[in-house]
Amino acid sequence: MVTTSTRAADTTADARSAHEGDGGGQPTRASSSSDGVGPSRGRRRPAAWWGLTPFALWVLAFLIVPCLLALGTGFVDGDGAPTLDNLAALGDPLIVRAFASSAAVSAVTAVAGAVVGAVVCWGLTSLRPDGAVRSAIDAASSVLAQFGGVMLAFAFIATIGIQGVVTRLLIDVAGVDLYADGVWFYQVPGLLLPYLYFQVPLMVITFMPAVSGLRPQWSEAVATLGGTRWQHLVRVVVPVLAPAFVGSLLLLFANAFSSYATAAALISQGAQIVPLQIRAALISETVLGRENVAGALALGMVVVMAVLMTGYSLLQRRTERWQR
Amino acid sequence: MSARTTGAPRSTTAGGAGTVARRTALVVVGALFAVPIAAMVAFSLRSADGTGHDLNHWLAIVDPENERMYRNLVEGVTNSLLLAVVSALLVLVLLVPAMVLVHLRHPRLVRPLEFVCLVPITVPAIVLVVGLAPVYSVVSRVAGSGAWTLALAYGVTVLPYAYRAVQSDLAATDLRTLTEAARTLGSSWPRTMALVVVPSLRRGLLAAAFITVAVVLGEFTIASLLNRVNLQTALVQVSRSDPYAAVILALISLAFAFVLLLVIGRVGALGAARPIPTRKALS
Repeated sequence: MVTTSTRAADTTADARSAHEGDGGGQPTRASSSSDGVGPSRGRRRPAAWWGLTPFALWVLAFLIVPCLLALGTGFVDGDGAPTLDNLAALGDPLIVRAFASSAAVSAVTAVAGAVVGAVVCWGLTSLRPDGAVRSAIDAASSVLAQFGGVMLAFAFIATIGIQGVVTRLLIDVAGVDLYADGVWFYQVPGLLLPYLYFQVPLMVITFMPAVSGLRPQWSEAVATLGGTRWQHLVRVVVPVLAPAFVGSLLLLFANAFSSYATAAALISQGAQIVPLQIRAALISETVLGRENVAGALALGMVVVMAVLMTGYSLLQRRTERWQR
Repeated sequence: MSARTTGAPRSTTAGGAGTVARRTALVVVGALFAVPIAAMVAFSLRSADGTGHDLNHWLAIVDPENERMYRNLVEGVTNSLLLAVVSALLVLVLLVPAMVLVHLRHPRLVRPLEFVCLVPITVPAIVLVVGLAPVYSVVSRVAGSGAWTLALAYGVTVLPYAYRAVQSDLAATDLRTLTEAARTLGSSWPRTMALVVVPSLRRGLLAAAFITVAVVLGEFTIASLLNRVNLQTALVQVSRSDPYAAVILALISLAFAFVLLLVIGRVGALGAARPIPTRKALS
């Protein structure tokens, strides 16, 4: 759901640093050009503004207005009168439990995904950055991280569903029944493996630019100064990569927290996590007194997402210091 | 060997043993990640009585006798393809000119534009759909409830991906100098756009279009909660009666998305090898 694209992921950092790099030069260039071609700029300006209008209207109607509506409906009742009752629904034990489940699933898959993903990034440094294998891994990571959704749920139904290939294989060959203690696959624990299946690739996409930003010169400098490889790891690699790692961890948490499609395809009954609570609130919109609970849930979710993404972008800024 | 020396200079310091360990890690994780895909293939090849393997489920998909059963699926595929094309056009016709204009004429708006384009990361589809429901009740009154209308929302959800794809090209090209040169030589603005801007940004435009197509083909949240039919909602519906068909189509669409993204990656890699003097190289 979140972040960068494929190969663009690698170039984003460069692009942004290039962009930031010319930030210092920009004011002077802008002022000099306004001195130089002042009159013609004035003449062209209306046309240039007109060019932005269609985009602005589109974004207004399909991004800004929906955002405000989604967050605003939490504060009005069914008749449009302002109320805080919907927000009180956020204190409902069922909803609190949904937020807790969401947080637990997100935390477990974010930490596990970040660790495995970091190992994959370390492995990727042994491949040519522009080679065919690397391209294939990049493309596969993007597919799984961003476009899987429902299809990843099917993949795991075919693998460890009740009739899944691995489930049957384990029973036939090893005599192990995955579901001896009840079918947990269509419950919250069943989300862990499918979620990991998109979290690890997302980690690869977001963390790889930082790993490829490690300069060989740094390890040479450590070696020249008489340091060991262990010291290079502990004193250089870990401090340089730490902000990127923690930032990616936050992004992974946010990604799992807001992911809907996989859970919706797996769990058709009940609303154990927040996105499924929103589904339930939207579908049962006519239930008396719960008209705008979806809005309150959306607000709660956006608050969590905003905190996570702010942390991510602050850490990202620190990370880019080493990528120039 | 030559691959290592040209591609990864750092591996010379890490040594051969490090390379073996790193590649082993890749192979282990890769094998684990191949399990669900392999399971999907094996699942789809199960014979009807569940004992052996055959191609019957694959043949059933293309069997004209099942046309009625898969009618919903055909509608979903058609809608998704239409939505993918319309969304890609929206991105190219609305977002790209706005980005170019801001880049060339309103450098002060670069930050606000970036902020707006990245909003859909913080406001995920499941939240956006809460606000889209009332918007679409207006849209369907004004423009009808044609399947294509959903593309207006899909275009917004792909803004972060498309923005980054185009932005990386925009930052690497000195478009300001190029367009000023074209204008000085007497080219009109439309001509400059067609002959200078679009060719300079072709890799970014291609990447943005392909990513849009891939994201739209995989979209489920908005379509499902607005009660629209697209590929993913149709897959979920079919999976209830015929899980094999759902798994087969999921495999096909994953493969299709993989090919799309592989093309973007290769185009990017080839483009990066092209020795053009970027701004970064100059600074």
